[in-house]
Amino acid sequence: MTALGALIQRDIRIALRVGGGALIGVLFFLSVVALMPFAVGPDLKLLARLGPAILWLGALLASLLTLDRLFMADHEDGSLDLIVMSRNSLELACGAKALAHWIAAGLPLIVATPVLGLLLNLDTPSTAAVALTLLAGTPALTFTGMIGAALAVTLHRGGLLLAVLVLPLSIPVLIFGVAASKAAITGPQTFGAPFAILCALSLFSFVVGPFAAAASLRQGLD
Amino acid sequence: MRLSGRGLKCVRGGREVFAGLSFEAAAGGVLAVTGANGSGKTSLLRLIAGLLIPAEGEVALEGGEAELTLAEQAHYLGHRDALKPALSVMENLSFWQDFLGGEAFDAGDSLEAVGLDHAAQLPAAYLSAGQRRRLSLARLLTVRRPIWLLDEPTAALDAAGQALFASLMRGHLARGGLIVAATHGPLGIEARELKMGGMS
Repeated sequence: MTALGALIQRDIRIALRVGGGALIGVLFFLSVVALMPFAVGPDLKLLARLGPAILWLGALLASLLTLDRLFMADHEDGSLDLIVMSRNSLELACGAKALAHWIAAGLPLIVATPVLGLLLNLDTPSTAAVALTLLAGTPALTFTGMIGAALAVTLHRGGLLLAVLVLPLSIPVLIFGVAASKAAITGPQTFGAPFAILCALSLFSFVVGPFAAAASLRQGLD
Repeated sequence: MRLSGRGLKCVRGGREVFAGLSFEAAAGGVLAVTGANGSGKTSLLRLIAGLLIPAEGEVALEGGEAELTLAEQAHYLGHRDALKPALSVMENLSFWQDFLGGEAFDAGDSLEAVGLDHAAQLPAAYLSAGQRRRLSLARLLTVRRPIWLLDEPTAALDAAGQALFASLMRGHLARGGLIVAATHGPLGIEARELKMGGMS
């Protein structure tokens, strides 16, 4: 097995086992979205209009929830030292870790979306559209969030600092994710334009995220 | 193969840990770094491993593989074991085998050599401190690296474990390896001593 494949497999395994964070994100997502109809009240039209925004906000917060452990856990047990010293490029290793985090924590959110669409009175095409935008947009959240996770290791601060650093970076993703979902559901704008920008944001973060995270980790060697 | 440092100065948190430090180690030899707590033994090892940047001076390796950096040819065994409690003993070891790459040996044989073959399927969370150390030693055996940087390698090891470790080091030196070990106690093997903290 290749080195990066081994890293991805290890991180997914740890996330899925007892004490791993994979299910925490989905449970958080489920509870936030399930509570929303109770807070907004039994107005079906309003719920359908707010639906995409609620799903996106839930997904954004859920993906932040476990992100601060991305490098911190490896830093605390010394694995990060060995990863930095290894013969693999640190940039690729960072990318592999982010990919594993997305598979373990991001993908389940998308799988859970159809169930939650029912609670928010979204019809099938609308739910499919939201799920598609989440599929295109959540990788951008993980890969930009990784920069914050690396900085949290460098600065020896976790938790809240990550949210403060990462949330501004995720605003464009939120704007275009919700815009694309709304366009698919109510029109009159076209779905294509915001969705293409959303995909572009993800592709952009694939390139910038690993380099920025690796540079931050090198800077923070201690 | 020769590892040498010249005029090394290390500053951590605004405090000078050591300055003007020079050392030399050759293939087949052990350099034992000794000194009081806080004299900079761990800092020196991390400096050699490339995990700290020296404020002054440089570390050089002659006669290693030209295409690889010093860190890429070295094992670093630190205070922290780099083990994941959720994974089994075997999974931990084979992950590092796959990830670190290079010339590798059978992970099962290494576990047997350090006396952990009976616990291969046990989650690492249930290992004792000494067993965790043994599992870290198995990593040194499974993945071949010519330079071993060891920080308190015998800590938590029982008498049998220390004897085992001494024989592992002898095997490594016989293959032309090089060892730099920070230690308080005896290593159980002949070594040149580098005393820290006596320079200022």
